[in-house]
Amino acid sequence: MSILLYLIPISFLLGAAGLAAFLWSFRSGQYQDLDGAAERVLFEDEDGPAG
Amino acid sequence: MNRHGPGTPSVPGIHCGGCLRKVEQALSQLEAVAEARANLTTRSVIVRWTDGVPPPAMIEALAEAGHAAHLGDGNAPDADKTQADLVRALAVAGFAASNIMLFSVSVWAGAGESLRTLFHALSALIALPVLIYSGRVFYRSAWSALRHGRTNMDVPVSIGLTLAFAMSLYDTIHGGPHAYFDAVTMLLFFLLVGRTLDHAMRSRARQAVSDLARLTAHGAMVEQKDGSQAYLPVDELRPGMTILLAAGERVPVDARILCGASDLDRSLVTGESAPQPATPGMIVEAGTLNLTAPLRLETSAAAGESFLAEMTRMMVAAEAGRSRYRRLADRAAALYAPLVHSAALLAFLGWALASGDIHRAAVIAVAVLIITCPCALGLAVPIVQVVAARRMFEQGIMMRDGAGLERLADVDTVVFDKTGTLTWGRPQLRQPSVPHLGLAAALAAHSRHPHARALAEAWQGPAPAIIDVREIAGRGIEGRLGPDIIRLGRPDWALDRPEDIPASAPFPCTSLSRNGALLAHYHFDDCLRPGARAAIRALTDQGCASVILSGDHAAAVARTAAQLDVTQFEADLLPAGKVQRLEALAAAGRRTLMVGDGLNDAPALAAAHVSMAPSDAADVGRQAADFVFLRAPLGAVPCALSIARRAKTLIRQNFALAVLYNAIALPFAVAGLVTPLAAALAMSASSLAVVANALRLNANAARRDRMARKHPQPAVRFAE
Repeated sequence: MSILLYLIPISFLLGAAGLAAFLWSFRSGQYQDLDGAAERVLFEDEDGPAG
Repeated sequence: MNRHGPGTPSVPGIHCGGCLRKVEQALSQLEAVAEARANLTTRSVIVRWTDGVPPPAMIEALAEAGHAAHLGDGNAPDADKTQADLVRALAVAGFAASNIMLFSVSVWAGAGESLRTLFHALSALIALPVLIYSGRVFYRSAWSALRHGRTNMDVPVSIGLTLAFAMSLYDTIHGGPHAYFDAVTMLLFFLLVGRTLDHAMRSRARQAVSDLARLTAHGAMVEQKDGSQAYLPVDELRPGMTILLAAGERVPVDARILCGASDLDRSLVTGESAPQPATPGMIVEAGTLNLTAPLRLETSAAAGESFLAEMTRMMVAAEAGRSRYRRLADRAAALYAPLVHSAALLAFLGWALASGDIHRAAVIAVAVLIITCPCALGLAVPIVQVVAARRMFEQGIMMRDGAGLERLADVDTVVFDKTGTLTWGRPQLRQPSVPHLGLAAALAAHSRHPHARALAEAWQGPAPAIIDVREIAGRGIEGRLGPDIIRLGRPDWALDRPEDIPASAPFPCTSLSRNGALLAHYHFDDCLRPGARAAIRALTDQGCASVILSGDHAAAVARTAAQLDVTQFEADLLPAGKVQRLEALAAAGRRTLMVGDGLNDAPALAAAHVSMAPSDAADVGRQAADFVFLRAPLGAVPCALSIARRAKTLIRQNFALAVLYNAIALPFAVAGLVTPLAAALAMSASSLAVVANALRLNANAARRDRMARKHPQPAVRFAE
């Protein structure tokens, strides 16, 4: 059962990492223009998400 | 210093990456613009420009690039804050629910006692911060309702969540077998889904509506005492200032004409359809459109005291009646909460008396609260409204909030404004074939006057070359064709012989002359919007009476009413008169839908049970309306009505489903048979059932669309 000592923190941390990734992408405006991002990939002269 | 301007232009036409590029490049080339970023999802552009200069000519630049644009209010970034909070709360609740569910599954699978207590303790550790962070949405709303002596859906939710958590914590500390941490977080998650959807729908609609705000009177060019000119925002205009109003601009505040001759379009202000000549000394209301020539005006009122502000005050007064409306979900909660709480209390008292075991009685009471917690009820209304809003959006109808949708379903009388709503609000040529139309159109192409525009639009062929064209404001246009002087304009100006001048006709008239001799008379009328007659007929089929209330002259209103087979109409109404008629209808027990576009309709839009405006309506009117339709045909009105009625049926069904589920589950909970596993299963199942039922609004519509394609209806004739 001591395996739980590793597994539980690992599962928790993985979930927390997912949550943090979502919150970061949400804050940096990556969900503001889902349709536009698909088109912008074809532009040559710019990169980075919306400011 | 850079800043957001007063507007983020909304550009409805962008639909691909190429458009994004074109729009951004067109705006970046403007001198004052620091940055322009187009958004394909919201169909708008965020523009930052240098402070201290008048707004750059964004609309014109976009028009040159081939995109029609409107100017927005620029407050969109703030409105997003609540939405962002809700999404974050939802994400945290989802994370917690899935983690706790992992522990719960192993407990249900038969974990040993020590492991079970460990897992319960870990669940409690995760659930507590989440309950505080994500649950504050409900606690705050419940608290504000209680403080005002009301209840809403969030009161039972908050009590249920808190008690369930406290009871589970107590059991965890004492090593009990059952804990409801998973139910608590899952409940939070489901309820937040409903809340987030509800809010997303409302803010999207609100933003779309405010993005439509036009350039009208955000500022004016003021002539100062030393002769210099400065651009001032509307708020800084004071009585007695001299302002210069270019042709094509709207009057910013109430003013008196000092000098200049032009024509005025007051259709948005008073509902009058025919353009009027402007003469010095005349008083013009804010919102009046200056058509043909520049004018010098002396302001007679500050922005806060002008016609527009008066309309706003009347709107606020009229809206008081509407705020009495209580939403379906709140009415359900008012019935539901006492029922649930007394059931839980009775279960507690019953078990405590019967078995004498206080702890067991408390566990059962908490199970009753959890199983009856209005999870499905919280989703039942917003999910249907989101689907309905989407259906309406596809038809070009913007919905401001869910309450409007609920009220629209009750409507039995539709009140129309005439000018700009049933009709186009701009004149069109009455006679399909008249002599010398090519010549008239060639001259007319040089003017902004609505009659001239109608003539220019009516002629498609080659035009004779006319030189030396000049426009005499308030009279007409003059030009030379070879040796002859050609005039197009008011009959008494264009024609030399008084006997050629027509007696006062029912329709406004413009005459064409060669060297003063009559060539032709052109008569104009305000034409019906496409689909107006079909829309009135469809409304009658749906059991709604139609009424016309107009500020225009009786003859014009009677003509439109006859064309549309509407028997109830009134003309020459002031804004207050319209409100009175609506109040009279309401007193007679009628639920009214007001459809109107003018400034003079704004108080009536606020006074009606529910209201709708076309997207080219005056700003105030559009802000007051619950629905805004973006496309020209009036078919949007019956279409919105049928979607609202269908949505109401589905909401009722969803309530019935939720109540049915509670009726089945409650006896089990009271009997003490509900374990945390059963509660989790029942909760998910009822939520899924409600969501699936709401999606039927889409499915039915799709089936109808297919049917319509198979058996096409006779097309609505464009010009009726």
